[in-house]
Amino acid sequence: MNTKGKVTGIVSNLVTVQTEGPVAENELCFIDLDGTNLLAEVIKVNGNKASVQVFESTRGLRGGASVEFLGRMLEVSLGPGLLGGVFDGLQNDLTTMSDVFLKRGEYTDPIDRTRLWDFKPLAAPGDKVRASDWLGEVKEGWLPHKIMVPFKFEGEYTVKSVAPEGQYKVDHTIAVLTGPDGEDVEVTMVQKWPVKVAVKGYKDKPRPQKIMETGVRIIDSFNPIAEGGTGFIPGPFGCGKTVLQHAIAKQGEADIIVMAACGERANEVVEIFTEFPELIDPYTGRKLMERTSIICNTSNMPVAAREASVYTAMTICEYYRAMGLRCLLLADSTSRWAQALREMSNRMEELPGADAFPVDLSAIISNFYARAGMVVLNNGQKGAVTVIGTVSPAGGNLKEPVTESTKKAARCFYSLEQARADQKRYPAVNPIDSYSKYLEYPEIIAYLDERIEEGWVQKIIKSKMLIRRGKEMADQINILGDDGVPMSYHEAFWKSEVLDFAFLQQDAFDAVDSVCPMERQKYMLDLILDICERKFSFDNFEVCRDYFKNLINILRQMNYSEFHSAQFDNYRGQLTKLLEENGKS
Amino acid sequence: MASPKAFKKIYTQLEAITKATVSLHAQGVSNDELATVEGRLAQVVKTKGDLVTLQVFAGTEGIPTNAEVSFFGAPPTLKVSDQLSGRFFNAYGNPIDGGPEIEGMEREVGGPSVNPYKRRQPSELIPTGIAGIDLNNTLVSGQKIPFFADPDQPYNQVMADVAMRADVDKIILGGMGLSNDDYLYFRHAFEGAGALDRIVSFVNTTEDPPVERLLVPDMALAAAEYFAVDKNEKVLVLLTDMTLYADALSIVSNRMDQIPSKDAMPGSLYSDLAKIYEKAVQLPTGGSITIIAVTTLNDGDITHAIPDNTGYITEGQLFLRADPDSGKVIVDPFRSLSRLKQNVQNKKTREDHSQVMNASVRLYADAQNAKTKQENGFDLSDYDIRCLDYAVEYATRLLSIDVNITITEMLDTAWELFAKYFSPAETGIRQNLIDKYWPKKAE
Repeated sequence: MNTKGKVTGIVSNLVTVQTEGPVAENELCFIDLDGTNLLAEVIKVNGNKASVQVFESTRGLRGGASVEFLGRMLEVSLGPGLLGGVFDGLQNDLTTMSDVFLKRGEYTDPIDRTRLWDFKPLAAPGDKVRASDWLGEVKEGWLPHKIMVPFKFEGEYTVKSVAPEGQYKVDHTIAVLTGPDGEDVEVTMVQKWPVKVAVKGYKDKPRPQKIMETGVRIIDSFNPIAEGGTGFIPGPFGCGKTVLQHAIAKQGEADIIVMAACGERANEVVEIFTEFPELIDPYTGRKLMERTSIICNTSNMPVAAREASVYTAMTICEYYRAMGLRCLLLADSTSRWAQALREMSNRMEELPGADAFPVDLSAIISNFYARAGMVVLNNGQKGAVTVIGTVSPAGGNLKEPVTESTKKAARCFYSLEQARADQKRYPAVNPIDSYSKYLEYPEIIAYLDERIEEGWVQKIIKSKMLIRRGKEMADQINILGDDGVPMSYHEAFWKSEVLDFAFLQQDAFDAVDSVCPMERQKYMLDLILDICERKFSFDNFEVCRDYFKNLINILRQMNYSEFHSAQFDNYRGQLTKLLEENGKS
Repeated sequence: MASPKAFKKIYTQLEAITKATVSLHAQGVSNDELATVEGRLAQVVKTKGDLVTLQVFAGTEGIPTNAEVSFFGAPPTLKVSDQLSGRFFNAYGNPIDGGPEIEGMEREVGGPSVNPYKRRQPSELIPTGIAGIDLNNTLVSGQKIPFFADPDQPYNQVMADVAMRADVDKIILGGMGLSNDDYLYFRHAFEGAGALDRIVSFVNTTEDPPVERLLVPDMALAAAEYFAVDKNEKVLVLLTDMTLYADALSIVSNRMDQIPSKDAMPGSLYSDLAKIYEKAVQLPTGGSITIIAVTTLNDGDITHAIPDNTGYITEGQLFLRADPDSGKVIVDPFRSLSRLKQNVQNKKTREDHSQVMNASVRLYADAQNAKTKQENGFDLSDYDIRCLDYAVEYATRLLSIDVNITITEMLDTAWELFAKYFSPAETGIRQNLIDKYWPKKAE
C-alpha cells in the first residue's frame, strides 16, 4: 500500500505535501490536479512534511490536492529501440505525442512494445551469470544490442532456460534465471534503472588507453580527449559552442552518441532532428541518426525535468557501455542543469553558496563526470562512456562556480574565447589556455606513438610553444611598433599565424574542411612545422607580412580541397614554389 | 480578461502587505489564478497552508488591511479572434484605443510549450533592407533575437523599420515601460504605413505600474499563437524593452524574500526569459512566430545578468552602436550574431554570401587593429591605411542602420569595396568566387 498525502503549500514548482506514512528521499509521487497526474520527486523531508519538485507546471494546483507516493525513484526503461529516439528529460517519447503542444500529465512509453526483434541467444542453460552479463542479442540498426542480466540483480544467478533464436517483442520472457535463493526469475528485453545511481556491473575501470578522434584539428592534435575521458567547453554566448559540439556529435569516433539538450534552445535540437537523419556517419557510412539518441529538455520545458535530463542521458550511455560499445555523451549545457539546482535550492530557502548556487554544487558535478570512463566488462570486452559538457559562464567570466567545479572534474578544457570569436577565428578555442591532461598520460603518449608516429606528443608541445612565442611577439610588436622590433619578431609572429590560420582554424560549414582525419592532420602539421623551421629573409615587415599571408592563403585553399586531389596537389605545388623563392630549410 | 465568478466568496482581511504583494488566509485557491484586491488585478504566487500570497500588478499603494479580495478561479486569459487586428490594449488585454471590447474564444496566457519534435527547422529568410542585418546577421522566420542597445540608441525606430519591411501576416507589439513618446511613435509609424490592420499592440507605458509589465509578453504571445497556430499565419512579435520586464521580475522576487542571484535578479531569470523567447517557433503547418526584442544595456555592458541570460536563450543578438568614424549608428559586426543565418545564407541568397560576409568583417577587424596602432602613435602601413578607408565606407554604405537595399545589392557593394581597396588574395575568398564576382576593371 503506497503512502498518501495532501498538498499544503505551492511556490512555483516546489510543492509541500503533508504525508500520511513513510516516504523516501528522491521517491516519486503523483499529484492529482483535477484528474491529471503530475509527476514529482521528493527532495526534502521534514517531519511529516515532504518538499517535492514537480516535473510539470503547477498552474491551477490547489492546497488539499491528493498525492500518491510511488515507492520508487526516477527510473528509465532500458531496452532495444532507444537509438534514433527523441525523449524528454524524463524519457517520455516525444515522437509519439499527438498534440503540437506538450500536454501536462501526458507520459509516453520510451520503448515500442509492439515491435518484433530478431533475438539470438548468447547464454546457455547452466551458465553462471551476474548483473549486466549478456544473455542474448538483437540487431538494433547495425549494432549488436545485448540483452543483459538486469543491473538490479545482486549475486550469482544460474541460467535455467534461454529463448531460442526467433522474433520476439520486448516484453517476451527471453530467459529464466535461478537466483542465489533458489527462486526462478523471468527476464525480458527491458529493464529499469534509477537514473541518479551509477550502473556498475563491470570488472574493472582502468585508465583511458586511446584517443577518441573527432576530425577537429584543435581537439585531436592539440588537446585530444581520451575514449572514456571527460572534457568541457566553457564559453560566452556567440563563441561557437553549439557549432563545435555538433561537429563533435557528427564526427566523433563512437558507436553511440547521446545528446542531452539540457535547458537549451529548441531550434538547435530541431537542427539535429532535421540534419542527422540525412547525414552520414563518417566511420560506418550509416545514417547518423541511427547511432544517436536525443534527450531534449529545452529551456522552456519544466525546470525540474531539466535536472533529470543529464542523468537520463548518462544512464542510457552506461547501458550501451555494458554491451561493449563506445558511447559519447554531449551535455549542453551543464550550466542550465546547475541553474535548475539553484532554482530549487532557492525555493527551499536553503542557505546559498557562491552566486546563490547550492553549496554541494561541486560535489554533484564531480559525481556526474565520475560516471564516465572506459570499463572492462565481466567477459573481458571493453566499453566506454566519454563525456563532453558545455558550460555557459555568466558574462563569459570563467571565475564562476559551475566552470570552477567542472574544471576540477573534467580532464580536458576547451576554452572558447570572445576575442577569437570576434576575429572569426573558429573554432574559437584558445590554444594557450586550453589543455588536455591526457597528453601527460604515459598510456596515451604510447598510443599516439603507435597511432600517428613516434614522438608525436613532443611535436604538439613544440607547436604549442610556437603559438605561445607568436603571442609574445605580437605583444612586443604592439608595444614597440612595427619598426621598433627586429625582423625576427615579425617572422616568429607570422609563423604562429600560419599555424593558427591553417591548422587551428577550421571551417565547420565547409564539406571538406569540417572533417580532418588524423592522417591529414599529421600531413598538414608536418608541412606547417617545416615552414616554421625555415629561415627566411625579408627587407621589411610589410614584405614579411605579405609573404606569409600568401602562404596562409595557399594552405587554406589546401584545407578546402579534397586530400591529395589534383586541386590539392596544385596548391601544394604553389606552396613549394613560394617556399623556394624565400626560406631555407 | 475574465472577471471574478459571481458566487465566489469575498475575503476582507489581509495578513500582510508589501509594495508588490499581499497575503491573506483563503480556501481552495489554485496556483497562478487571478484575483482582484480592492479592484486591482492580482495573481497567486505562493500558497502555504491556507495563507495565500498574491502579487498585485498595479502595486499596493493605499490598499487597506480590510481590502476586498475575490478570486477568479482561473489563470490570466485573453479573448482571441480576428477582431484583435488593428487594436491597442493594456497589459490586461483591455482596449485602450476607445474601441469596443473583443469578442472571441478565451485563451489561457503563458500556456504550454510546443513539443520540440513537432517544430520545423526555421528556413525562411526575413529581409529587412538593413545590410548590418541581412548581409551579416540574416534573420529567419521562427527566430528569436534581441537588439542590444544603450538607452540612447534609436532601437525602437530600427525595430519599427524592420517590422514594416518584413514580409509577415501579423505584427504584435508588446511594449513594456514604453515612454509615451515611443508609444505614439509606433502608433504613427503603423498608421502612416497603412499597416494598422495587421498590427496588434499590448502596451504598458512608463506611466503604468511596473509589475503590470509581467503580463505583456504573455498577452502578446497568446495573440501571436492564435494567429500562428489557428490561422497558420507568419507572425512577428516585437518586445520592447525586456530589461524593464526583468526589472519587474526582480521587484516581485525581492518582495517575496527570495535570495537574489547575480545583479539582484531572481535565480529563475533564465527560465523566466526562456519561457517567453522559446515561444518563437516554425510550425509544421506553415505558421510561425518570430520574436524581435530589445534589451537595453548599461553602457554597452553585456555581462550584466539580463543581456547575459538573454544571449544564451536567443538565437543571436543585434548590437547597435554609434560609429564615430562614419557618424552613423551601425549594427556592430563583431558583437552581433544571427545563429540561424546558416539556414538561409547561400541557400536562399547568392552563393557568395557567407564568404563575402566573413571577408568584409575580417577586413573591418584589420581596420580596428590599424586604428589601435594609429591611436598608439605608430606609423601606419599602406595596408593599414587602405583598411581604415575601407572601414569608413563599409560602415557608411553597409553597416549603417539607414541603409535600405536588397541582399544582392549588398553583395555587389561589398565586392565593389573589395576591388577598390584590396587585392583578391587579401580578401582570402575562395578562388572560384573571386573568378566569378571580382569586379572587372573597365578597360
